[in-house]
Amino acid sequence: MDIRLDRISHSYDGIEVLNDITLDVPQGHIVCIVGPSGCGKSTLLRFIGGLEKPTSGRVVQVGDPPKDSLNPLTYIFQDFALLPWRSVEGNISLVLEDHGIRGNDARSIIDDVLTRTKLTDFAKALPKQLSGGMKQRVAIARALAVRPAVMLMDEPLSALDSQTRELLMDDLVSLWTRAPFTAVYVTHNLAEAVRLGHSIVVLSRRPGKIREIVHLETPLPDRQYGDAELEQKQKHLWSLMREEARAADTELLHV
Amino acid sequence: MSDPATKETAPKSPEQTIHYRGGGFAPQPRRWVGLVVFIVLILIAEWGTRSGWISSLTLPRPSDVLKTFQELHQSGQLYNHLTPSLTRLAVGSFLGATAGIGVGILIGLFSYIRAGLVPLVAAIFPIPKIALLPLFVIWFGIDEGSKYALIAFGTFTPTVVATYGAVDNVDRSLIRMGQSFGLSWLSIVRKIILPGAMPGILSGLRISLAIAIILLVAAEMLGAEYGIGAYVLQAGSLYDLERLFVGVLMLSVLGIVVSTLIGLIERRLLVWRN
Repeated sequence: MDIRLDRISHSYDGIEVLNDITLDVPQGHIVCIVGPSGCGKSTLLRFIGGLEKPTSGRVVQVGDPPKDSLNPLTYIFQDFALLPWRSVEGNISLVLEDHGIRGNDARSIIDDVLTRTKLTDFAKALPKQLSGGMKQRVAIARALAVRPAVMLMDEPLSALDSQTRELLMDDLVSLWTRAPFTAVYVTHNLAEAVRLGHSIVVLSRRPGKIREIVHLETPLPDRQYGDAELEQKQKHLWSLMREEARAADTELLHV
Repeated sequence: MSDPATKETAPKSPEQTIHYRGGGFAPQPRRWVGLVVFIVLILIAEWGTRSGWISSLTLPRPSDVLKTFQELHQSGQLYNHLTPSLTRLAVGSFLGATAGIGVGILIGLFSYIRAGLVPLVAAIFPIPKIALLPLFVIWFGIDEGSKYALIAFGTFTPTVVATYGAVDNVDRSLIRMGQSFGLSWLSIVRKIILPGAMPGILSGLRISLAIAIILLVAAEMLGAEYGIGAYVLQAGSLYDLERLFVGVLMLSVLGIVVSTLIGLIERRLLVWRN
């Protein structure tokens, strides 16, 4: 299943935030969206999953999601969004219960996703006992449990320290290598974009427009920390964004 | 930068340990201190009344109060007063708290109900409920009905306010998460909003139940043969300080018991909090 954004524009209270965004997300690819703060990249992600409505334009699903997908468009949030009163497995079973999956069926799905995210030993732990990186792995496990067709990742690593971020990037790469998933990955961190993106969409500052789409050919598992070619791409991206970021930083907020 | 050689010959600068200036502003649990304060106050009263510098008209002797309490217990009169009071408190506050939590959740969830009921609740809240007792007597009868209604009404308003505040404070990002996973409206309310509002509801209940005890006594003072309030009123009009203090003691213990119970519920239900 592919996702196509068809001429999406959006304004809040008369201020235009996004302008004429047209973009294809092909199956099995990770598309990163980068841009200065306030360029509407998280808003764009909320459109894709149907959590918000654009002023004009539409988001199109091309083809059918796999039959076994419980929640084709599944988010991973920056703040993890785990229920603090439910244990790790309780948080995962939350998203299965509404699909009528309980008992042994739920057990086997939970065990499978916990194994894939290396969380088996923490099934009974409460979120308050976990570090930020572990919490995000629980959120990833929860997303995997509903077998999404497209993962919508909203700055998933931005709340983590830089070492945890490296570790989780490795985890995401190995998850993708074992079972390639489709994802839209919003971030302001260019290092994450060049590590995880098959293509990187650079948005301009408000109103957000597509400035450039950078394609990366190196297969995900071959991209190493500090790789020269990736550094080169990252420098290029930064040269595109530098002035925009500076201008965005000095803008007054209209909130 | 200076090299080691010049450092050695340079005159030694005076050394000073940096003073610690952090800490404080973080209350720590100190068990038993509360109990010690109680005991010391009672001992002072006992000693003062025995040695005579507190006259028996000012304050009854604590040991006499205890003796009166024992007599009350042995004569069986204690339960004649305690049972109706506890029943009134339980029934009235249960009705009021249940209705309050229900209405509070509805206000938290539906804009029209909020717009319609919040001003009404704000108008009812400051009315001293005891002033409405005559009205309740007409509506619900002179018997238990009017007392249940008074206590229920008094518990209702603070519970409503605490509950809809608690619902408003539930983390919106959790609700958005629920929607993004396709949870049904009912599931979001049951599994996200209700548990998320529970801390606020329980702390509101603490206040509501204290108000319920105050109203219980007030209602019993105005029209009851038996009950802690009636007992206190009788003792007061006879200027029987020992019995008055027995009544006051029962009320304090009741307050402590209720607050301990809520503390226990909180500890059971809210283990997930930091």
